[in-house]
Amino acid sequence: MITEPLAGEQSGSPMMSAARQVAPIVMGYLPVGAAYGVLAQQAGLSLLNTVLMSVLVYAGSAQLVAVAMFAAGLNPLSIVATTFVVNLRHMLMSASLAPNLKSWNKWELALFAYEVTDESFAVHSVRFARGDLNKTTCFGINGMAQVSWILASFAGYFAGASIPSVEPLGIDYALPAMFIALLVMQMKNGLHILVAGFSGLLALALNQAGADQWSVILATVIGATFGAGVESWTRK
Amino acid sequence: MDQKIVILTILGMLAVTYIPRMVPLVALASRTLPAPVVRWLSYVPSAVLASMLFPALLLKDGSVDISLDNYFLWAAVPAFVLAWRTKSFFGTVALGMVLVAAGRYFIG
Repeated sequence: MITEPLAGEQSGSPMMSAARQVAPIVMGYLPVGAAYGVLAQQAGLSLLNTVLMSVLVYAGSAQLVAVAMFAAGLNPLSIVATTFVVNLRHMLMSASLAPNLKSWNKWELALFAYEVTDESFAVHSVRFARGDLNKTTCFGINGMAQVSWILASFAGYFAGASIPSVEPLGIDYALPAMFIALLVMQMKNGLHILVAGFSGLLALALNQAGADQWSVILATVIGATFGAGVESWTRK
Repeated sequence: MDQKIVILTILGMLAVTYIPRMVPLVALASRTLPAPVVRWLSYVPSAVLASMLFPALLLKDGSVDISLDNYFLWAAVPAFVLAWRTKSFFGTVALGMVLVAAGRYFIG
């Protein structure tokens, strides 16, 4: 279903292709990054540290959780521990991208890994599935996404609460809508649809049951095991 | 706030974020993985995208909201249909944003 190349998304230079594919990510990162900057400023972080966190950690939800924990005066060790749990899902994402990158050397892989986020993972997994392994496009997408995140945190810190609301424009829906498109493009067959429905509902149930930060990673592990199990079982 | 403690915390966050992102890529990319592992990994994108998306669409202020006021949920229905029919990345993002904005503007 997704084997035909997407019209208009593979033509042109690798950097143009990256710019087109990163656009929804940037649209989503600008308001969220700015919100992080505002909250970091209110929590009492210095400008340098606010930007440093976007440069060194680069993980949206974990950064928002961390500034809330700083604001609440919580122990730094518990902030680090929470960050670990919140970001552990990226381990599964990196693992699932790995089989596509056999020809890359260790340094390229290590650099690419630095910018694996939910959003960049989603875009790359669909690109790789349709055979677009262009390295320039990979690093172009990652670099532009992180630069937009860093600039937005910087702007949010300065603008403070006076930053305009993006809700009237629906910009806060850019990332959910992007995930809808990318999820649909992953639906190679009925079993993938089943796995997606099963994992999504399981994540929701786990979240409501109080699994909180663990719900995404648990639902992913159980959902992928379910898919692989059904596939092996129906083949016999 | 003591900014030195903030820096140390950020360095700790860097380590616990980067290591899980890096180790699987560096360790697995060059290896030929056993078939069951490859099969399992092939379901990770579908599972993880859905696990992040469903709560984003269905939860409002932390609880399940399937009322008509939940624009994120209802805008997703035509967005899914458009994505399915056209496979258009941009069309889906644009339609979703327009619908959410229109809901807020016309309905409130």
